[in-house]
This record gives sequence, structure tokens and C-alpha cells, in this order.
Amino acid sequence: MVYKTNIRPAWVVLVLLMIFTLAFTLVKTSDNNAPEQKVQTEKIIPTKIDLSKFKNAEQNEKCLKCHGQTKYSYENAESKQTVTKRMYAELVLNRDVFYVSNHKGFKCTDCHSEDYETFPHAGNLRMETKANCIDCHGGDEKYAKFKFEQIESEFQASVHSEKHSKDFTCWMCHNAHTYKINARTNENLKQTITYDNLICLHCHGDVNNYQLLTDKEKPNLLQKHEWLPNQASHFTNVRCIECHAKNEDTLVVAHHIMSKKNAVRKCEACHSKNSILYASLYKQQVKENIQKEGIFKGLLMADATTIGPDKSNTLNIISILIFALTMLAIAIHAAFRIKKSS
Amino acid sequence: MNHQPERLYLYPVWIRIWHMTNAILCLTLIITGLSIQFATPGTVIKFKTAVSVHNIAGILLSLSYAAFFIGNLLTTNGAYYVIPVKGFLDRLLKQFRYYTVGLFKKEDAPFPVSEENKFNPLQQSTYVVLMYAMVPFVILSGWGLLYPEITVKSFVGYSGLDLTDLFHIIAGFTISIIMCVHIYFCTIGKSPWSNFKSMLNGYHESH
Repeated sequence: MVYKTNIRPAWVVLVLLMIFTLAFTLVKTSDNNAPEQKVQTEKIIPTKIDLSKFKNAEQNEKCLKCHGQTKYSYENAESKQTVTKRMYAELVLNRDVFYVSNHKGFKCTDCHSEDYETFPHAGNLRMETKANCIDCHGGDEKYAKFKFEQIESEFQASVHSEKHSKDFTCWMCHNAHTYKINARTNENLKQTITYDNLICLHCHGDVNNYQLLTDKEKPNLLQKHEWLPNQASHFTNVRCIECHAKNEDTLVVAHHIMSKKNAVRKCEACHSKNSILYASLYKQQVKENIQKEGIFKGLLMADATTIGPDKSNTLNIISILIFALTMLAIAIHAAFRIKKSS
Repeated sequence: MNHQPERLYLYPVWIRIWHMTNAILCLTLIITGLSIQFATPGTVIKFKTAVSVHNIAGILLSLSYAAFFIGNLLTTNGAYYVIPVKGFLDRLLKQFRYYTVGLFKKEDAPFPVSEENKFNPLQQSTYVVLMYAMVPFVILSGWGLLYPEITVKSFVGYSGLDLTDLFHIIAGFTISIIMCVHIYFCTIGKSPWSNFKSMLNGYHESH
């Protein structure tokens, strides 16, 4: 038989498979060795930021000499001894984060009472009302493109506002001291996803923060989302708000968080040609990428992971054409056969 | 070679079982695959159902492929998939000419089915590419999509998962086209149905 002198394709495939596995393992290892994104570490002192660049930095240092670190010292007026105490974590402001945030140009007393300049701080200062986004940004032409009014009304209609009334403010999700515009400017989709999801997880992933607003038991997110296939992939490739917020085309980031019964549960809402993700998560990036790179490369480059596979019209047209030509060839061949046999 | 027995037992039971399983699984995968590919809310097959069925069928296809692969290594059936290199192109062209010209002139097939040659050169090369390149590829890429965490994250700047997805679809599409042509070519037999019968009873009927 012929095969005795030839190599069976099965062996070739076996060898190729081994080479493939080897190559795959190598790529995988180099993948793991890739430098990981640097996690922002809590480096309170010393700061790397050149404070002289910020006009209010010097004045802010009056506050930050205590609030910029995890401990503070003062002289006990009676014993004349220097006392060192820990600063509560939520009262610590990291200069490295503040001075790259959107509000870096402000001085502390722009938003907080000037009475804070005396130490010890007066007890009634705790009652100070804090401004919300709309209080400063509302009606301001300069900020019109961010549509703060619409954000405010979406937020008012959201389940957060409905269920928690006045206890729930903008600051629950956006820290005035660290907030940095992200979805609109960040080209790295993965970073935007992580950034936005961490906002939700701040409460929904931390029972202490969650129970600040409710006495209810915090639902276990992993269990609640058990129905999601490839849960880890979903959690790292889309944001919570993709399914949990009502998306309006006019806003870059939706603020109308819905109750869980209204959350998107249909796979094809995302995994289809008219994926809702194009109107939310990919809105900014895909638009820019497609303009820059064209539809095919643009979508692949956008990290828009496998949503609806039906994303390239060119490929669809090519495949329909190939299919049609195959069918035509078969039809012609069959017609000739029938003609000849009759 | 001139004398061909009327009925030739060419397809042993294991091949027929594998072939039937393979056919059913491939059809299921094509239908559910298309349904996933062109998913819109309210399609005939529910997206979730289509995905589950596609996944299960894909896993079963891997098993059925493993059976075919091992069977071909252990039995003489594997020999049919070995292409003798010498004169390969000539034989290919001869067969091509037969399908496009000779067949209509009622010429005899240049490579009649025999115990030594189950496949004609055109069939043989298609089956080798199909069974030893396309199918393993579609299976591997399918597993890569089933377990995205094992898939390489990025490859020369592209998302690894997207590339896997793209190649899976291209391979799946190519296999579908080959399957259409395969089914049509099966009607070229003693009668249009005789080749289909062969795959049920194991006997090949000569022209």
C-alpha cells in the first residue's frame, strides 16, 4: 500500500499540534511577563509632584500638612507634649492624586469653610453642607458640553437617588478630591472599564461602604451574576453600567442607574449587530478608531472584545458572495448533468 | 482495474457512525453558528439556546474528531488520506477535467473507486485539507472562545480573542462551503442517491 512509503497526515497534524502548543505556551508566558500596569500606591510623603506649579498649593499645605498624611501631630496645650495621632483614612488626601485630578487648581477653602483654618476644628463644621456637581457646574457655558443638567436629571431618576434620597450625592461615586475625567479622554478602554467599575465596587464590593446607606445585607455580586457565561471576561471587558444603566445617546457616560429588575439580561442585546455597547462603552473609542483606522482595524484595535461577531460588513458581503457563487456553480453543473442525462 | 465489482464494502461500521455523527454535528454547528453570528433580539433560535447547543455540539465534535484521528492512525483507513506527491497535480487536473468536461461526455471516471483508492485526487486533497487543517483549526479556535481566559490576550497589537473569533468564523464558513459542495458531489454516483445509501449500508455501488 502507498501509505507505507508516505507520512500519514495525522502524524503531521500531531507534530504541528505540538509545535502550536509550544508556541502558544511561549506567547502565553511572554504575555504574563508583560509589565503590569502600575497600581497607584499610597505614597503620602514625600510627593513627587512639583507643588510650586499650583497657585494654591502653598495655601493648601496648611491643611495637607495634617490631611496629606496618615498621621498628624499637635502640641497638647495643657501637658505641652507633642501628640501624634493617626488620621482617619477618609480624611487623608493624597497630593499625588489630588494634583492630577480635575479639581487640582482649587484651594481647600474654595469648597470647605475657612473656619477649618483653626485647629482644633470647631465641632459644628461637621454640619457643613457640601456642594454637588451641579452647584458649581450647572448653567456654566464652559461646561455645557458635559451636560451636567442632564447628568443631574438622570441621576435624580436613578435607583440610587430614588432609594436613598438626599443621602446619596454625587460624591458617593465621584470623589471631589480625586475625580479625573476618564471615559471621554482615555484611549485605553480597559482602563476606562476598570475605573468605572471600581466606582460601583466602592460600595457594591465593600460591605462597610454599602451599609453606610442601607441596613440591607450586601448581595454577593459573583453569586448574583452566576448566570453570566464567562463571568470573569464579562466583568473585565464591560462596565456594570452597560447593563444596569439606561443609556441616552446624548451623554458619554449614563447616569440613570436602573433597579436590578430592569437590568439587561438578554445576551443578544450586546452580542448582535445592533449591540447596545456601540451606544455606550464603545461609543467614544470606536468612533475615533474607525475614523482613524477604518472599520476592520478600528474595531479590532478598540479592544471591543467579541461582542456581536457580526461586525464586519465587508466580511459578510464577501462570504455571501462566495456562497452565492458556489451555489451558482452547483446549479449550473447540475443543470448540465440533467440536460445530458435526459 | 478494468473489472470493478458491482458492490464494494468500503465503509466499515465505525466510519459510518463517525461520518453520521460528524454530519449531524457539523449541520448543528453551522445552523447555531449562523444564528449566533447574525443574532438579533427575537431570532428563531434563542441566542442562549444557540450558544449552549453550539458549545455542546462543538465539544462533541472534538470527541468525534479525536475518534476519527485515532481511527485513522490505527486502521488502514488513514492510508486513504496520504497523497502520493509524484504526479499529484496531473491527477488533480485530470479529475477536474472529468468533473467539468468528461462527465458530460459520459466518459469513464479517471480514478474509479476501488479498495485501494476510495477517494479521487480532488476528493482526497479536499478531505486532507478539511480534516487535517480546517477542522482541527476550527476546533482549537472554538475551545479558545469557549475558555477566553486561555486565549492569548493580544497578538501583534490585535486582541487575541477577536483574532481567534475572526479565524473561527472564517474556518467555519469555509467548512460550510466545502460541505455544500461535498453534498452536491455525492449526487454524482450510480444514481443521485446511491452515494448517500453507501454511507448507510457501507457498500459502494460502481458506475
